[in-house]
Amino acid sequence: MRKVSRWFQRNLIRIYAIVAFTYLFIPVAYTFAFSFNDSRKSNLVWQGFTLGNWQNPCGAPEICTALGNSIKIGFLATLFSTILGTMIAFAIGRYHFKGRSTTNLLIFLPMATPEIVLGASLLSLFLVFQINPGFWPTVIAHVLFCISFVVVTVKARIASLDPRLEQAAMDLYANERETFRRVTLPLVAPGIAAAALLAFSLSFDDFIITNFNSGTMTTFPKFVYTSAARGIPAQANVIGSAMFFLALAIVIIGQFVGRKRKVS
Amino acid sequence: MTQSQGFKIRTPYLLLLPGMAFLLTFFIFPLINLAQTSTQTPVGGGDTGQYEQSLRLQNYVDAFIENREQFGRSFLYATIATILALLIAYPLAYAIAFKGGKLKNLMLVLVIAPFFTSFLLRTVAWKQILGEEGFVVPPLRTLGIISESTTLTSSAFAVVAGMTYNFLPFMTLPLYASIDRIDPRTLEASGDLYANGFTTFRKVTLPLSMPGVVAGTLLTFIPAAGDYVNAAILGSPTTKMLGNVIESRYFRIVDYPTAAALSFTLMISILILVTFYVRKAGTEELV
Repeated sequence: MRKVSRWFQRNLIRIYAIVAFTYLFIPVAYTFAFSFNDSRKSNLVWQGFTLGNWQNPCGAPEICTALGNSIKIGFLATLFSTILGTMIAFAIGRYHFKGRSTTNLLIFLPMATPEIVLGASLLSLFLVFQINPGFWPTVIAHVLFCISFVVVTVKARIASLDPRLEQAAMDLYANERETFRRVTLPLVAPGIAAAALLAFSLSFDDFIITNFNSGTMTTFPKFVYTSAARGIPAQANVIGSAMFFLALAIVIIGQFVGRKRKVS
Repeated sequence: MTQSQGFKIRTPYLLLLPGMAFLLTFFIFPLINLAQTSTQTPVGGGDTGQYEQSLRLQNYVDAFIENREQFGRSFLYATIATILALLIAYPLAYAIAFKGGKLKNLMLVLVIAPFFTSFLLRTVAWKQILGEEGFVVPPLRTLGIISESTTLTSSAFAVVAGMTYNFLPFMTLPLYASIDRIDPRTLEASGDLYANGFTTFRKVTLPLSMPGVVAGTLLTFIPAAGDYVNAAILGSPTTKMLGNVIESRYFRIVDYPTAAALSFTLMISILILVTFYVRKAGTEELV
């Protein structure tokens, strides 16, 4: 008995971690399980197993249009925010210049602003200039909230670089441009990749800012929100689960590649 | 000054130019515009949704008095959700940092992984799990733990639980980042000096992880205070938050000035709270 309780005490934190992870994954598992539900109209109760939803993920009206919009917006927002954010991160991480603290503040503020305020203020700007909400206003809105996260992620990577590596390159007669291209950039690249992945998942999952600036265009989260009242179709579960496994695979492969490169 | 030095001084500004121009156009300028909108008044005899500029600060007072309940609720729910998330995430971050071993990276991926299933899908999943036909309510009823008339969804409990769940990764990651930086030898030293586990935690681990606590609570509190999705899906009319009011003022009632005044009040209150909190917590390193 004492042995059992001692084992329990020693492993308490591990047991806790397992419980916490279970909690995190309950709704994910639920979403996955109900993607196999043989539901005709509403996906509220279990009605039997089927692979039909996976064979026909576009079966629900509008769902693939919404998904396509989300992917396009996510791709463009990731591209622009990663470029702009990485440039800012290099400026802040590598140089001392006048106005550095103001710049830091300007990067921090969008993160400290609730999404609903960002969304509402952008919408009122578009309304004043009589720009209709839709695809491009949504892309702009997404770039806006992704930039700060890109800056923070890339900046952290730049800060963790060993300056001696760059000095070594210079000692070996590399000029500044060569050093940047062959030493600095490859070392910062994992940070940029992580930032891009973060930007894409933030953009793909965003609802509040999108709802304000997308007008009649649907995105995947908007589709889920509007159909939540009537019960979401099982195809939405299929897409949610597929995205989950896809993203997980990308992250795990990325880590594997990173480790291999470190070894060689 | 040589040409290359002149270029060097200009480099950071050239790097900053496009990003800063973007932020000024689509962040600062819209905020100024929002401030303008917040003091507008309806055009006399005009259509719904037509407003003219008139510096009416009374809009703020009206908006606040009319919605003080939702205002209080937003901050109350966000505070409770933040505290709960901190209590749940701290041991988890600790476990990953100190007991993760070879699985550390995998566990970190698992913390973020739920993000990839849309946050709305997961919130709807909670609604169905906790709903009348889910697998939680019927057994609890049978066991007599909750009464026949009690529901778990459409309640303040569900809204706070939903927010706690949804923002948990935002809390866990910064906590992990700062706990992971703690040198385990400092904990050993504390033990060597006859501190028990609890004292070591209170005097060594917790103070050293404060930057993570501050960053995590901010990253949870700020989106939670402005959230309206959890309240819309998991709540009822009596659990409406400020976000719900702003949303309906914009889209259903087209009352832009009130919506703008409320948005501004929300933002300013959060900024004031954050400033005080960061001062008090004593870390200047925000992000």
